[in-house]
Parts: sequence; structure tokens; C-alpha cells
Amino acid sequence: MQSKHHLMDPKKIVARFRPDKSELLPVLHALQDSHPQNYLTEESMKAAARHLGVNLSWVYGVAGYYTMFSLEPRGRYLIRVCNSPVCSLLGSEPLLQRLEVVLGVHTGETTPDGIFTLEESECLGICEVAPAMMVNRDTFGNLTPEKIDKIIGDLRNSQKDTK
Amino acid sequence: MIAENRIILKNAGHIDPSGIDDYIACGGYSALGKAQGREPGDIVEEIAASGLRGRGGAGFPTGIKKKAAAGSVTKGTKYVVCNADEGEPGTFKDRMIMENDPHLLIEGMIIAALAIGSGKGFIYIRGEYYRSVELLHKAIDDARKRGMLGQNIQGSGFSFDLEIRLGAGSYLCGEELTLLESLEGKRGYPRIKPPFPAEKGLWGEPTLVNNVETLASLPSIISYGAAWYRSRGTEKTPGTKIFTVSGDVKKPGCYETDAGVRLGDIIDNLAGGTADGKPWRTVLLGGAAGTFVPPSYADATMCYDALREKGATLGSGAIIVVGSDRKLIPFIQSILRFFRHESCGKCVPCRIGTSYLHDRSMLLGKADAEGRKAIIDDMLNHSKQMAKSSLCPLGQSPVLPVESLHRHLRESIAKE
Repeated sequence: MQSKHHLMDPKKIVARFRPDKSELLPVLHALQDSHPQNYLTEESMKAAARHLGVNLSWVYGVAGYYTMFSLEPRGRYLIRVCNSPVCSLLGSEPLLQRLEVVLGVHTGETTPDGIFTLEESECLGICEVAPAMMVNRDTFGNLTPEKIDKIIGDLRNSQKDTK
Repeated sequence: MIAENRIILKNAGHIDPSGIDDYIACGGYSALGKAQGREPGDIVEEIAASGLRGRGGAGFPTGIKKKAAAGSVTKGTKYVVCNADEGEPGTFKDRMIMENDPHLLIEGMIIAALAIGSGKGFIYIRGEYYRSVELLHKAIDDARKRGMLGQNIQGSGFSFDLEIRLGAGSYLCGEELTLLESLEGKRGYPRIKPPFPAEKGLWGEPTLVNNVETLASLPSIISYGAAWYRSRGTEKTPGTKIFTVSGDVKKPGCYETDAGVRLGDIIDNLAGGTADGKPWRTVLLGGAAGTFVPPSYADATMCYDALREKGATLGSGAIIVVGSDRKLIPFIQSILRFFRHESCGKCVPCRIGTSYLHDRSMLLGKADAEGRKAIIDDMLNHSKQMAKSSLCPLGQSPVLPVESLHRHLRESIAKE
């Protein structure tokens, strides 16, 4: 996920799928995953609609329904903090607060440099290590505000290394 | 003292889940060989005789679903769909199965397909389970290369293939008819039952929808027989159940035991007891769509019917332990926020009701003792109305935690 720095042509991506409307979710996943800013652009949704033979409004309706799809640009690192009953019982709220301070954004926002997006999520299914969060595809568990500082620090450093 | 009794998780931690060789070396795919030597009707009968009940939460007899799907006639294709959209808070058993033994699930699906005469299967898996998706893709490829999936499986003349489909963060898509809508590329709105999937499911064709744990139980039932399976668990809930213990315990995790063990034994013997060593305040059984139980339920028998008789649920097998010093009000608020977030908005009682319940719960903190009792009474009244008038299980669920909260914790929350 971290290596996708270049925008791919949505038409080429949708062409990999059967032109059948039941392919819409897989198509939307592929389009979103391929975008450096991890979201669905209008152009990509138009490409999906054309390829699958459905209206653009249908594609919007489906994309807007599912939490994992975003219609807004997001950061290179998508941080999803689990705020479901188990994680909130074990202290997810202080983690969110710490992340808001460390990143300087509110929950739901992206840092101005486009590196981090902070989201809260319902149950991520990693309750054995609650409180937990995911950064892109990686899970982090048994979190404390101190661990948050280290994780974010490491990600910022790795960003510098790649520049 | 109780110990784990692993049937479904027997290979977990002992085999390499990224290859097929270890699984085969441990006897994997031998159940498929046995199933291929039997009549489909005979396989269905064996599964029905085992008394296996759906492990997704409802506990519906698997044999009845299989009989209905096997009995449906179509000129098209019958489908087997694995519900791997695990989203019930406190539940992670399906992930454990898929991450540790993906071929067990695949073998279970092929056996289910043989039994009902299906040519095509889907695994609908939640989009956040990246590791499970990766391992299952690899496992399906490996199974195809060994001739376990695809055309003319093992020279038997039977053909069956599998595809993985990713969910996209909707709890409601874990409900079987909503899941089928999502598989068809639509918004996750529930369908009206009947017709049930066994008659009209995916693209209107007969479809068997089973949970991961249910399908993963089939290979051992076929290998060792219904009588062997029934020697575990209770009469009405035979076999084993995977419990996921989380919250204020020393060793949160996934534990497979015979159904019917004591709740207290799972918490104390397997999960190491409460984190602070004191008696627990309450346990939420079955996840958000589950029931609160007080410490006196430590003796409760962990099977579907015994719990139902006590006004509790087994559900998905989630056991969320709340320690003695915890405040419950924020916990209730997070449960009700969850339902508000996951309500699809299609039917009015659920759309308005889930928001209303959450709004009311937010008033609990500021209210005095009498005010809190009145709020909880009001929440119970509304959640009952929702249960009667909502279209699908989501709107019918908040009454479970709210009613059990009202019964067991109303007084203690008033004083909290």
C-alpha cells in the first residue's frame, strides 16, 4: 500500500473485472486501493459505472453506504482506532485524544501534509489485544498513549527516509 | 478445572497456514475423500444427525438449512456462501480459524457443496481482515493446483470453485440476506424473509449461507461421524464452541471447549480470571447484540437452550468481562452508538430507534438515581417497540442488552 505513489488510470483498473454489476464492490476496492490518496474519485466512479453498465448515481449510492469507502482524499497512512465496546471499555478514548494532539487533527480529518488520516472505527475484530487500532493493513494492540507516540514517531521517521 | 477441547482449532499454531502440505499431512482433505464416496443425501443426513447448530449466533440447526438447500430445484446454479463478515463486537473466532487453518474452511465448503449439489461458492469476508484474505487467496490457489477445487474434483465428476469477496465495513452485511445483497453489488439493505436463501438466495438461486465456524466443523463430522460429534457438548448443542474472551481478564483470547461448560470456568480456568482478581461486575454474552449477566450466572451452562431459559444468549460466543471497578454507563453508550452507526436506515423504527436509544443513554451520566432508572425504563420500552416493528435482526437486537441491563443492573447503575 505504501508504494503506490503514482495515479493509475481507472479505466485500466476496471477493465480487469467482468462487466457485471455484481463486481461493483471488488471494483470499488481496487479503485480505492490504487489511489495514492486512498479514496474514490469522481473519475474512478464514472469508469466503474461505464464498465459495469450502471448509473453513476448507483455507484455513488453503494460507495456512500459502506464505511470503508471514502469519497474524500485521505492520508498515506489511514489510522483506524477501534472504538467499539471492548476497546472503549479498555480505554480507546484516551488513545483518540492523544492521536488528535500528536497529529494536530480532529477525528475524521487528514493532516495538512497528507500523511495521516485519523478515523474511529467500529469493532475491528482484534479484541484480544484491546485497545487496538490499524494503520493501513497493520494492527497494533494493547495500546497506551505512550505507545501511540512511538508508533507515530516511527511512521514519521520512515516518511523522512523515503523522501 | 476445565481444559480446551480443540476440534476446529486442532491445527492452529501447529501447521503453516500459508501452505497446503502441513494441512494434508495432518489428515486434511481426507474428509472430502470420504464425502466423495457417499451419496449427497447421506452427507446431509450425517450433518443433520450430528445436531450441529449454526455458529454465527442464531444457533439454527445446520442440517435443516442443508436439507432445504439440497431439496431446492433449479436449472441454474446453487451457491454455497461462507459468512466471514465477522463484526459482532468481542468476536474474533472466524478470524482465528481463517488465519490459522484456511484449508479447513475450504474443505468444509467443498463438503457442503457436495451435500447440496452446488457448483460455486463465495467467501464473503470483512474488508479489514487483510491477513485472512491473503491466506485464503493462497489456500484457494493451492487447493486448485492439487485438484481439490475446480473442474472434476479428484476425478469424481464433481465440479466446484470458490471466490473471495470483500465486505466494506458494514456490520449489517453479516446478516445472511443482507450479505447476499452486498454480494450482488448493492447497498447492504436487508431483504424481507421469506423467501429464505435456501429457496431464493444469491441471484434468486438456492443458496446455503453458513458461518465460518459452522463450515469448519463439517470435516470432522464427516471423518468421525455424527455419534462421535454428539459425544461432545450437550444434547441440544452438540460438539464444541469457540469462545472469544475479552475485556477485564488476565488472558483474553480464543478458547474452544465442549459446549455446555460453565461460564465461570471459561473465565477463571481458561482466561485466567479477572485482571484485578476481584469478582467481575457483569459479563456481556454474545457481543453488542447480546445479554448482560450478573456474577450469579457463573454457573450458567454455555449452550444455546440453557442460556435462553435463563434469559441470556450464547450468540457468537463472545464473552466480554467487565471488572468490578468499571463504570457501566460509558460501556452502554458505546454499545448503543454501535447500533446507531450500523443501522442502515431502511426501516424507520430502527433508524430513529437506534438514535433515540443512544441519545437517551447520553443523559444517564447527568441524571440522579431516580432519573437513571426512569431513563433505563424508557429505553426498555423503546427497544421492545423496535424489536416488534423492525425489518431485520439489527433493529431487533438492542432489546437484548437493554432488557438484560434493566433486569440485572438497573439498581447498580442508579448508584454508579
